[in-house]
Amino acid sequence: MGSLYRSEEMRFCQLIVEKDAAFNCVAEVGKHPYVQFKDLNAEVNSFQRMFVRDIRRFAELERKLRFLEEQIKKEGITITTVRDNNFDAMNHHEINQLEATLVDLERDVVNMSESDLQLKKNYLDLKEWEAVLDKTDLFFQGGIDDAAIQEIEQANAETEVGIQLRNEKDPMSFSVGIIKRDRINAFERILWRACHRTAFLRYSEIEDVFEDPATGDKIENAVFIIFHNGDRLKNIINKICDGFKAKLYPNCPKTSKERHAAAIQVRQQIMDLKTVMNQTHEHTVKVLNATAANVRVWMKQVRIHKSIYNTLNNFTFDGIGKFFVAECWIPLKDIENVRNALEVGVEKNGSTVKPVLNVLHTEEEPPTYNRTNKFTSVFQSIVDSYGIATYLELNPAPYTIITFPFIFACMFGDLGHGIIMFLAGLYLVLREKNLIERNIKDEIFSMFFGGRYIILLMGLFSIHAGFLYNDAFAKSFNIFQSGWQNPYNQTLLRALEDESILTKKEVMLILPPELSFDHSSPYAYGVDPVWNIGENRLNFLNSMKMKLSVIVGIAQMTFGVFLSLNNYRFFNSKIEIFTVFIPQLLFMACIFIYLCLQIILKWIFFWTVPAEIFGRHYPGSNCAPSLLIGLINMFMFKDRAPGWVGEDGVTLNQCFLNQWYPGQSIIEAVLVLVAVACIPIMLFGKPIYIVLQQRKAKQAVADNMSVRMNMHTDETEVITNGNGVKAETGEHGGHGGHHDEAFGDIMVHQAIHTIEYVLGCVSHTASYLRLWALSLAHAQLSEVLWHMVLANAFAVDSILGAVVLYFVFFAFAVLTFSILVLMEGLSAFLHALRLHWVEFQSKFYLGLGYPFHPFDFKKVLEEAADADAA
Amino acid sequence: MTVWIPLVAVTAFWLLVGAGGPLFVPAGPNKGIIQTMIVLTAVCCHLFWIVVYLHQLNPLIGPQIPVRTIMWIHEKWGDAAGPLVSD
Repeated sequence: MGSLYRSEEMRFCQLIVEKDAAFNCVAEVGKHPYVQFKDLNAEVNSFQRMFVRDIRRFAELERKLRFLEEQIKKEGITITTVRDNNFDAMNHHEINQLEATLVDLERDVVNMSESDLQLKKNYLDLKEWEAVLDKTDLFFQGGIDDAAIQEIEQANAETEVGIQLRNEKDPMSFSVGIIKRDRINAFERILWRACHRTAFLRYSEIEDVFEDPATGDKIENAVFIIFHNGDRLKNIINKICDGFKAKLYPNCPKTSKERHAAAIQVRQQIMDLKTVMNQTHEHTVKVLNATAANVRVWMKQVRIHKSIYNTLNNFTFDGIGKFFVAECWIPLKDIENVRNALEVGVEKNGSTVKPVLNVLHTEEEPPTYNRTNKFTSVFQSIVDSYGIATYLELNPAPYTIITFPFIFACMFGDLGHGIIMFLAGLYLVLREKNLIERNIKDEIFSMFFGGRYIILLMGLFSIHAGFLYNDAFAKSFNIFQSGWQNPYNQTLLRALEDESILTKKEVMLILPPELSFDHSSPYAYGVDPVWNIGENRLNFLNSMKMKLSVIVGIAQMTFGVFLSLNNYRFFNSKIEIFTVFIPQLLFMACIFIYLCLQIILKWIFFWTVPAEIFGRHYPGSNCAPSLLIGLINMFMFKDRAPGWVGEDGVTLNQCFLNQWYPGQSIIEAVLVLVAVACIPIMLFGKPIYIVLQQRKAKQAVADNMSVRMNMHTDETEVITNGNGVKAETGEHGGHGGHHDEAFGDIMVHQAIHTIEYVLGCVSHTASYLRLWALSLAHAQLSEVLWHMVLANAFAVDSILGAVVLYFVFFAFAVLTFSILVLMEGLSAFLHALRLHWVEFQSKFYLGLGYPFHPFDFKKVLEEAADADAA
Repeated sequence: MTVWIPLVAVTAFWLLVGAGGPLFVPAGPNKGIIQTMIVLTAVCCHLFWIVVYLHQLNPLIGPQIPVRTIMWIHEKWGDAAGPLVSD
C-alpha cells in the first residue's frame, strides 16, 4: 500500500557539511524534492544574512537577462524553450564567464538602442526639413506671394482706426514652419487676432506620417507659411509659434533655386542616413538572435544559483566556523537518497571530508507529505483544499478518487451529458503532452486541464448513472423488456379516445400495478421506460431518488466512521475505540442503519395485492407502512396497534401507522434506549479516562520522589527515582498533547465533538438529500429543453422542417452544453465536494497539519516562470 | 422466478469485478490504489443498481398515461396476461 493512504513518516535531521562543499551539496540535494530546510537564522534580517552579496549578484544577472529578453521580444525574435530535467548547476568558473558575457551584452544592447534613437531623431529632422522645402516651393508656385499682399492691403484698407502696419519701408517677409495638424486651426485663429488681421497664413499637410522615435507615436504634421509685415509682428509670431510648439525654419532659402539645391542635398543626406540605420538594425538583430538561443538556459542557471544561495542562508556556522550546520525534515524513505546526494556533491567539490547526516529527536510536529502522481495529485489537492492532513493521519484521497465521481454522477445522471463530459475529459487526457507543451496561460483553461482526470471519471460514472436513471437527453431506452403492459380492452380504450377528441382534453388512465405490472420480470437494469411517458413520473422517481440518497449517504457516513477506527488502531488508542468509535457506530446503527433496513424490507415485502406478511393479513397498498412517520413515532415511544386488520377482519384506521412486524415496539424501544445511552459514553468516557491517567501520572511521580539533604551544599534536593514510572508509550501525533490540559478544556472539547456527531448524524443524512434535489433539477431542465426547444422542430413538416430543425438544434445544443453540462456540472461538482468535506470527512478527519515544501529546483523554476507570466 | 435472474447476474458480475479485479493488477507503486479503486467502483455501482432494482420490484403506484399512449402500448408492448379491464 503506497503512502497515499497515510502521509509519509518524516525525520528531523541535522546536516553537517564543510563550508566549501556546502554549495555543491545543496545543488545536488535540490535536484529532487527530498529536503525541507528549516530557517535557522530567522531572527536575522535579510540584509544581514551571510550570502546577501551573492544573492544580489544573481538578482542583478536576472535583471540583465530580463532586459535582454525584452529587447529580443521587441524585435520579434522567438525564443526557444527547452524543457529538460537537467538541473545541474554551473560551476563558479562558468558563472563568472556568464556574468562577464551578460555585462558585455547588456552594454552593447543599451548602446545600440541609444544610437538607434539618435539616428531616428536625425532622420526625423531631415525628413521635416525636406518637407518644408517641398511645401514652400508649392506655396510660392501658386502665386501665394501676390495673394498675400492683396489680402493684407485689403485688411489695412478696412480698418480705419487700425494700426498702420503697411509702411513703405517694411517689405513683406515670411516665416515657414511645421506644426501639428490638429493644432493648426487654433493657430490660425490666434494668429489672425493677434496680428489684427495683417498676417496671412497658408498651410499644407504633409502626406507622410512620421514616427516619434522616443515614444513610437504617429505624428501628423503640416507645413505653414506666414506672410507678414515688419519686425514687430515677427516677435509676436515667434511667441505664438512657441506657444503652439510649432517649429520655425528661419533658414529657409528665399529663392527657388536655392531651395532646390537644399532639397537635393537633404535628399542625399536622408538616403545615407537610411543606409546607416539599416545596418545598425541588422547588427542589433544579429546580436539578439545569438543571445536568444541561450537566454533561457542562462536564466535557468541564474535562478538555480540564486535559490541555492537563498537556501544556504538558512544554515548556521558550527563552533569553529569551518562547518555549516542545517536542520531539515526528510521523509524516512528518502534519507538514503539524501546521503547519496550529499556524497556526490562532496565528490564534485573534490573535498575529502564526508558530510554528516544525523537524525535528531524533536517535539515539533512534522510536515505532512503525500507522494502523488499526475492522476492522484488532483484528488489529493481537493482534499488538501479543505485542510492538510495531520501528520500520519489517514488520508481520504484514495477513496475520494471513486466516491467523488460517484456522488457527482448521482446528481448529474444523464447518459447524453455524461458522454459529452467523458469525451471532453478523454480529449484532454489523450492530448496531455501536447497541451502541456503549449504552455497555455489562460486561467480557466488551466483549471479544466488540471482537472482532466476528474472530468474523465465523472463522465464515466455519469454514463453509468444515466443508464440507471434511464435518462438520455430526457428520453428513455427500452433495452430490456419493460415490465408494464396494457390492462384495458380495446372497446374501453376506443370509447375514451372518442371522448378525448370530443372534449378536446386528453383522458388519462392509471395502469394499476396488480394488473399491468409483470411481477415476475421487472426491468433488469435501471428505471423502467414506462415512467418516461407517465404524467405522475415524479411521484415514483422522487421516492426512488430520495431513498437512494439516504442509503448512499448513510453508507458513506458509516464508511467514514470505520475509517476513524483505522486511525485509532494506528495510534494505539484503545480508549478512543471504546469510548468514541463503538458508541458512534451503535448510535448510527440503531437509528440510521435501522432506517435503511426498514426501507429495504418495505421494498421486498409490500405490494399492492393483499397477502400474509410476517404472519399478519395485509389488505393492500393503503396499509403500506409510512417509514418517516414510523421513525418519528419510534422516538416518541408511541403506542401502535399490531397489524393492519382488527379482530373482526376490518381494516384499521390509519393502518399505515401500525406495527408491521411482530415485536416492533419492543425492538424499537431497545434501539432508541441503546442509542441514547451511547451519548453520555461519548460525552464523558474519554475525559474521565484522561483525568484518571493524569492522576496516576502525578501519583507515580510523587511516589518516586524523595527529599535528600546535600551535605556539601547544605541544601535540600528533590530526586526522582528512575524505576517504577511507566511512560505513556505509543501516543504520538496529536494525541500526546493531552497531559497538560485542564479538565475543563478536555470536557468542552469532548462535548463539542459529541454534539457535532450526534446532531451531525441527523442533519447530514438530510443533507444527502441534495443528491435527489440536484438530479431532479437536472432531469427537469433536460425535459424543458426537449419539450420546449427541440420538439417544436419536429412539428414542422417536410423540407421546411429539416431547415427549422437545423437551426433549432443549434439552439438546443448551445443550451445543453452551456446550461446542462457546464452549469449543472459545476453545481454538482460543488455539492459533491461539500458532501465529501463536511458530511464524510467530519466523521474521521482532523486536517490540522502543514504541508511539506521541499527544496526542489523544478518547483523554483516553475514559480519563477509563473511570476514572469503574471 | 425471473426476478432472480438479473439479481444473480448483476451481483455476480460486480462480485467478479470487485473480488477478482484486484488480483489482476500488475505490481508497481500504484497497486494498492488501483485495487482500492476497483473494489470501491464495484461496491458503489452495485449499490446504485440494487437500490433502483429493489424499488421497482413491488411498485405501489402505477403510471398515469393518456389513452392515446396506452393504445400505442397495446400495439408495441402487448396486453397484460389475464382478463382485460372493460369498465
